[in-house]
Amino acid sequence: MTTQESKKLWLSCGVGLIWFLIILWPLLGITPEGLEFGKTFKVFGYVAVGVVILMLFYQVQQAGKLNFVGTPLKATSVGIGKIYEITPRWILLGIVLALAIAFPLVTGRYAHDVSISVLIYICLGLGLNIVVGLAGLLDLGYIAFYGVGAYTYALMSLHFGLSFWLCLPIAGVTAAIAGCIIGYPTLRMRGDYLAIVTLGFGEIVRLILNNWMGLTNGPNGIMGILRPEIFGFQLNKLWMLYYVILGIAVFTILAVYRLNFSRIGRAWEAIREDETAAELMGVNTFLLKLLAYAMGATFAGFAGAFFAARMRFVGPESFSFLESAMVLAMVVLGGMGSIPGVILGVLALVALPEVFREFELYRMLVFGGVMTLMMLIRPAGIWPAKRVGRRSEEAD
Amino acid sequence: MRGSEHWIHMEFFIQQLINGITLGGVYALIALGYTMVYGIIQLINFAHGEFFAAGGYMGVILISWLASQGLHPYACLALALALSMGYCALLAMAVERLAYKPLREASRLAVLLSALGMSIFLQNGLMLTQGVYDKGYPTEITSGGFEWGLVSVSYMQIFIVGLTATLLVGLNILVFKTRIGRAMRATSQDKVMSALVGINSNRIISITFAIGAGLAAAAGIMVGLYYGSVNYSMGFVPGIKAFAAAVLGGIGNITGALIGGLIIGMVEIFAAGYISGEYKDVFAFIILIGVLYFRPSGIMGENIDDTRV
Repeated sequence: MTTQESKKLWLSCGVGLIWFLIILWPLLGITPEGLEFGKTFKVFGYVAVGVVILMLFYQVQQAGKLNFVGTPLKATSVGIGKIYEITPRWILLGIVLALAIAFPLVTGRYAHDVSISVLIYICLGLGLNIVVGLAGLLDLGYIAFYGVGAYTYALMSLHFGLSFWLCLPIAGVTAAIAGCIIGYPTLRMRGDYLAIVTLGFGEIVRLILNNWMGLTNGPNGIMGILRPEIFGFQLNKLWMLYYVILGIAVFTILAVYRLNFSRIGRAWEAIREDETAAELMGVNTFLLKLLAYAMGATFAGFAGAFFAARMRFVGPESFSFLESAMVLAMVVLGGMGSIPGVILGVLALVALPEVFREFELYRMLVFGGVMTLMMLIRPAGIWPAKRVGRRSEEAD
Repeated sequence: MRGSEHWIHMEFFIQQLINGITLGGVYALIALGYTMVYGIIQLINFAHGEFFAAGGYMGVILISWLASQGLHPYACLALALALSMGYCALLAMAVERLAYKPLREASRLAVLLSALGMSIFLQNGLMLTQGVYDKGYPTEITSGGFEWGLVSVSYMQIFIVGLTATLLVGLNILVFKTRIGRAMRATSQDKVMSALVGINSNRIISITFAIGAGLAAAAGIMVGLYYGSVNYSMGFVPGIKAFAAAVLGGIGNITGALIGGLIIGMVEIFAAGYISGEYKDVFAFIILIGVLYFRPSGIMGENIDDTRV
């Protein structure tokens, strides 16, 4: 980096910080009691110090002074990559699966709770990954299908006393039907219109759940949902439920993996890269996009049925837009279209915040910031999908 | 007897009409920001609703502070309005520079996600700095009005409609009569050609964001005055409704945004009055979906540079 470039960088950074101060101060510093400065400068101070440290780090790294750290690190990562490549895939997967199975034996209740929500979000993330990552359709109302699944199980178990295992496929099918109902009128639209329309549909579903007192009991939600049973034995401990959701998650991972490398998966990716070209090659784009919606919704339906069984309560506020945005943030952070990427994204956004519990309030702030930041510096995600074409990175 | 009942219905209708115009004007102001930004860079600016919320908050903060300094309430209102619009314009320019400008050449999905991230970030930033509870506008400003029989019109409604009209006339003059307006129209028609004739498109885009956010801030204050309070998450639902208004009128079309806003406002108020209050939000979404399905170019026709579509 030349001196001029670095000067320009520091200048724009300085201007940005001044701008930030101008925007921050009125929100924190003007009160009916008078003008206040201490609070603003405290927050501003933290941000400014953070930015300056990052800038210094970037500058030093650009100048090549960090090579003494970077080179061994790179060598290690290359080495790990080599080991990863020569080890047969089934050994690695076996180790991961063994760890996942052994996990509840060595941990406590709290860890079970967190890991259950991690696995639920893995199902949701992988389902959304089909729609957004593979087919390239931005769906902002995805959580509606989760809600449909949850309410399906809740109502079935409440009114008909059906078992969880019977309701699980029913919830999947109901969610898939909901996906088709929402997908059919919307899929002919341009990409960014699709985003806002799915958002609208998601809100409609939430409003219906909230207001249809006769069916859903409105904002009070449905209580007393049955736990899953196996041969008449109720799974009433968290670690038992952990194995249920682990099974569902493993099924989801296998299904998405197989779909990804099937004819359908390739067709989805073709649609994502260039819809017109895909259509010219004989891909039935409309049907396949509808299928992507339905498949994505099915996995959300499974996750929803489990969620209802685990909480033994469903209420409309669990299915708000922010939940959709959170699942989307996981997919985007991890890497759209990549299964290990999505799992990493879920771990980063569900498990990590549990570690920093005292910063709970800042959680959504960080989610939003991370989403924008990822788009700016690494649009393909932490663990990018292998088969992403160059076109999706370029302007189209 | 029958006649007076009829008259009550009539008065109810007139009341709904007045409320509808007020709300529609507010939606139109927000929709203008969406439509102008979409017209120029084909981006659904998800963060636009947050500019609206930030404007509402700035209004309450500034009015309370200025009132505590002993200013006349209406002077407070005027000053707070001007300052909030300026504040949101600065905020929008910062957001544009930070989150959208570096992605000008990236895929549409990337920019949309970046915009969504900014929206969540700003909404939570507002929550963290201002708290989760509703903030009320001082009642000495919001109270007062006329009454004819059952029809009541508050001074604030008159103020809202008057200000909306003024801002719309001002915007029309700006867009259709000034050099900047001509440059904006040229950029939205063809970015490459307008750059060739010496228009700095980055500056024009930045100005467009600033104007849109300024109008949204004015709308935010109006909503605060109309309902009496503001909340950090107030930008989300009106944001979608205003986008529906922009699409209904024809995206990229300034007159269309006005008409779309009025229609959405009317539909919402009449649906709440005559059909169901609980489902009033659903109607705007249904209109949005219906328009996109049957007539994606809207009532007035869209007006965008189709090179990226």
